[in-house]
Amino acid sequence: MSINPFATVQEKVEKSPKVSDEVKYTTCYMCACRCGIKVHLKNEEIRYIEGNRNHPVNKGVLCAKGSAGIMQHYSPARLTKPLKRIGERGSGEFKEIEWDEALQLATSWLSNIRETDPKKLAFFTGRDQSQGLTGFWASQFGTPNHAAHGGFCSVNMAAAGLYTIGGSFWEFGEPDWEHTKYFIMFGVAEDHDSNPIKMGLGKLKTRGAKFVSVNPIKTGYSAIADQWIGIRPGTDGLLVLSVIHELLKSNQIDLGYLVRYTNAPWLVIQDEGAPDHGLFARDDEGSPLSWNKANDTIAPALATDITPAIVGSYELPDGRNAVPAFQLLAERYMADEYKPENVAPKCGLKADIIKKLAKEIAHVAFQEELKLDVEWTDWTGRKHKSMIGRPVSMHAMRGISAHSNGFHTCRALHILQILLGSIDAPGGFRYKPPFPKPAPPPLKPAGKVDQINPNSPMPGPPLGFPMGPEDLLVDENGDPTRIDKAFSWEAPISAHGVMHMVLNNAWKGDPYEVDTIFMYMANMSWNSSMNIPDTLRMLTDKNNETGEYQIPRIIYSDAFYSEMIPYCDLVLPDTTYLERWDCISLLDRPICDADGVADSIRQPILKPDRDVRPFQDVLIELGSRLKLPAFTNEDGNAKYPGGYPDYIVNHERAPGIGPLAGFRGEGGNSEGKGSPNPRQLEQYVENQCFWRHEFEPTEKYFKHSNKAYLDKAVKLGLISAPNQIILQLYLEPLQKFRLAAEGHGSIQPPDQHRERIKKYFDPLPIYYTPFEEAAIDAKEFPMHALTQRPMAMYHSWGSQNAWLRQIHGFNKLYMSRIKAEKLNIENGDWVFVKSSEGRLKAQIQLMEGVNEDTVWTWNAIGKRRGAWNLSDNAPEATKGFLLNHIISQLLPEKPNGYRYANADPITGQAAWFDLRVSIEKAEPEQAGVVSEPQFDTIKPMSTVKRGNNVLRYGEKVKTKDD
Amino acid sequence: MTSLPTNQTNKKLGLVIDLDICVGCHACAVNCKEWNAGGHSAPMTDWNTYSGTETKNGEDSGAWGVWFNRVHTFEVGKGQESKTVYFPRSCLHCDEPACVTVCPTGASYKREEDGIVLVNPDTCIGCKLCSWACPYGAREYDETDGVMKKCTLCIDKIYNENLDEIDRIPACVATCPAGARSFGDLGDPNSDVSRLVEDRGGYDLMPELDYRPVNKYLPPREPQINVLDDGQPLSLVSMADNANQTEPSNNSILKWVDTILSR
Repeated sequence: MSINPFATVQEKVEKSPKVSDEVKYTTCYMCACRCGIKVHLKNEEIRYIEGNRNHPVNKGVLCAKGSAGIMQHYSPARLTKPLKRIGERGSGEFKEIEWDEALQLATSWLSNIRETDPKKLAFFTGRDQSQGLTGFWASQFGTPNHAAHGGFCSVNMAAAGLYTIGGSFWEFGEPDWEHTKYFIMFGVAEDHDSNPIKMGLGKLKTRGAKFVSVNPIKTGYSAIADQWIGIRPGTDGLLVLSVIHELLKSNQIDLGYLVRYTNAPWLVIQDEGAPDHGLFARDDEGSPLSWNKANDTIAPALATDITPAIVGSYELPDGRNAVPAFQLLAERYMADEYKPENVAPKCGLKADIIKKLAKEIAHVAFQEELKLDVEWTDWTGRKHKSMIGRPVSMHAMRGISAHSNGFHTCRALHILQILLGSIDAPGGFRYKPPFPKPAPPPLKPAGKVDQINPNSPMPGPPLGFPMGPEDLLVDENGDPTRIDKAFSWEAPISAHGVMHMVLNNAWKGDPYEVDTIFMYMANMSWNSSMNIPDTLRMLTDKNNETGEYQIPRIIYSDAFYSEMIPYCDLVLPDTTYLERWDCISLLDRPICDADGVADSIRQPILKPDRDVRPFQDVLIELGSRLKLPAFTNEDGNAKYPGGYPDYIVNHERAPGIGPLAGFRGEGGNSEGKGSPNPRQLEQYVENQCFWRHEFEPTEKYFKHSNKAYLDKAVKLGLISAPNQIILQLYLEPLQKFRLAAEGHGSIQPPDQHRERIKKYFDPLPIYYTPFEEAAIDAKEFPMHALTQRPMAMYHSWGSQNAWLRQIHGFNKLYMSRIKAEKLNIENGDWVFVKSSEGRLKAQIQLMEGVNEDTVWTWNAIGKRRGAWNLSDNAPEATKGFLLNHIISQLLPEKPNGYRYANADPITGQAAWFDLRVSIEKAEPEQAGVVSEPQFDTIKPMSTVKRGNNVLRYGEKVKTKDD
Repeated sequence: MTSLPTNQTNKKLGLVIDLDICVGCHACAVNCKEWNAGGHSAPMTDWNTYSGTETKNGEDSGAWGVWFNRVHTFEVGKGQESKTVYFPRSCLHCDEPACVTVCPTGASYKREEDGIVLVNPDTCIGCKLCSWACPYGAREYDETDGVMKKCTLCIDKIYNENLDEIDRIPACVATCPAGARSFGDLGDPNSDVSRLVEDRGGYDLMPELDYRPVNKYLPPREPQINVLDDGQPLSLVSMADNANQTEPSNNSILKWVDTILSR
């Protein structure tokens, strides 16, 4: 009998196995995107994590990081118990202690500080998203020394946006993905918002809209751009101002938009040398003035029945002259210095590229005007039959903000959008609530000398938006009151604090010594600091006289055994994101989209199998042990005995306003404002862990000037009054700082800072060469060096996830093939990368799509030997590297010996994209397979076994099926 | 050797992958790994997971494991004009799958009802002939289990009655943030996926080999180089000059002096 081979086929497929015993919804935390996830549990293990189809952020999709959450959750690098240091700092010698001992120890240290001088506590958080709580806690403790990691993240984005349009790129705004016809992305690799950008780009390209990417590197999003503009790093500001030049010269701007929605027609006093030169002319009530062409008189600029002049010179009632802000803007940018021909060589581009960009922008904005047939009412009560759109939109992030000229560049980008009339117009940039807020939001930082007192809360939050020298946090000598020197003359508008200077300043005792640094989720001895070798010295340096550490105490909370842990004195182990309650609050970084307001929660999916506690619970408990007023009842008992979930439900920041905006009031029927609802968390869980309120079509655009929206925003508690939010082309607060530097007013900068303030506090955007580039010899350090965040790892680098490390196991230095040929460097060669700060050794990977003067690598893939419970031989440590090692925290010495932070002079944003390097082939005798610098191996965690190296995840799920 | 089904239906389930909008994020690869780790071919074994046990040439090259879907990066062309392409690679569920016909035991087979190519682990002897035969590198050998594994098109998801109908699609398709992946019946010329292939010029990978892959790739679109082609000079400024030759001041701010604008 012949054998029919096909007969040997036996189908053995279970097509419909039970997927899960239970499905729970929560919010992802593998990066900062906050997608909704659906977690399937089977046989007490996580079977599958998928995107929640109903969630406003990700609408069902989930990225590589989110999909690898299982491996984060089961990571062998998880901490298991509170740790007290017993060896020297850095030795990794710890004793496991009980929680009660840990909390008592922390309380004893902290209560002593609070009773004597609360600013001796520096409380900083890393990539945490519970600043609604942590900032409030710091303020209750009474220390001004609090911020999250925004100072080295992207504060230039936030500050420039909030001061200019009352909103920002980042995750606080989005292009009108549905309607935009021309989208320009500046300096964005993987970044905020992770999944919405991918979803949006897919949609936009499929619709046939044009996508332009301005980026020195053509990877990721830039790879699918219709046009890639491989600009030289740090020169985007020039490019944008040159586009503005072209638009102004050819009158391709939306003048109607400018007079209705911006300060373009406000009169600016022209009286060189006077204390109010360059400020807005105002009436007795302080309201700005314009020139009304209807009757040739001065008129209140906010009046709606005027015909304001936008150019010309006009006499004020006091006889002095003033010109509309627009005139100053036009005069400046129409000058020849911004001609494409003059700008292009500095940007490493051809002038025609800039001209064409301007021409296309103008064409789409004005010839392809968009009209939505949606009636709306503006802030004056005037009705409009339709919404007119300018379908040009932009998005920008890291590549703009991480330069020392980033604040002005980002302002230039917003001004370009304003001139086109595209801010919150259909097809343009759209605000996500709670934005827009007044530009800037009316919130001042607390922490003046008289606001810091023993045993007392501060009268306000530690972060805010200074409007002039009177809002700075400086003493009578003009010296900083904060350890990070935020809101001082060195970084007046450091709206997110300056976390990257905390260790340096605390070590140096400049401006003063602190007693304890308390940090959360911040790998400050590794990828969250610049110049790691020096940072490690600071962490371990001892005072010669006392023998004590120069930084006396470090308390730290994190879930994983990072490079930071060995340098801490007390470690409070946190849970993973699947083991906790959490809230993604409108008081912090919400998950709204342009069409609706939303917030969300995390719920515990699994119980911890280790002796760990959610950090927020610990913080609240410390708050009540320290008797901080907001965390303690009058009888001295804890106000939130139920920990963080108790706080989330019952805390009210203002009457009716709490951490969560949904399901408030009796029965959970109120939105935005309402009394605490004891069933609030249950109702969130029933609603798949989020709440969202969709706006009416008439509320969705022109939010800054849309009556229905502004009324709704007040009702929801997003803003306090339904006033028009005026876009600030001309930024008066900067002029106030400049006037002080010129000697006007009673609050004066120390002399050493005057020139810097005068130069950089220009009320209209300027371009200047990034500081490092200006300071070094361009021949000695001819290349730019950048880091990019890999899509499969960004913000998930914690734990070196078993699956993600198979995608990014170590990093190479990427370089233009054309450039490499000139330097005789081949693929796979090892090279020395030298900066003015130091030297590292890395392996070269050649590529085509990169600016010839730029090298780059992936961020935070390199690890220190022994960290994260990886083997000493892990390629992350042996071949991986961080560019951080050779980035300086400080700029070169000034003639007086002073070294400013390597940062934007306005916001204090760390300028880690300013790095300049030389590349030199490592000769054979120097070549090796080990990257440099290498550091001592971190002692492995004594209490935790390394993970099983043959991982058969899912076997258990499957076996039990059979 | 294993025969192909003699009663093959017209149904050809497969994927359409849009290279125009794939940003190379690896979401498809990881979500696939996650679903399938506990799925039909469970587990998706990983080795040297946290390093320290395996070296090649004296070097620890990190973890590796079984993946049904891997994303590769290519650059096409030179210098500024080059194009970066991300290319997700998985089993193409060929109509003429050499991986099946070389299988000595019938473990590799093509399903007659939907064309999915599968492996029966009970009869797979781990001889690896299929991985030699597959020109697309789609087969993944699990050395711990001693069997070959591969993309199942999430057969335990797409037919799973415990899931809502809308969720009965492969993990890689459900999760793709850019929307670059579609799933459907490529044997039905009227299906959404077939129309997409038609509209966008979807193509077979290495058609010259005649394995007739079911999965299709959509090529990157021609870049939208020009949003306008109006024959005008490149510069807006010279356009403005030409339009206003009688008004020499048009290039200065004076042009706005007489503009009447109301708030």
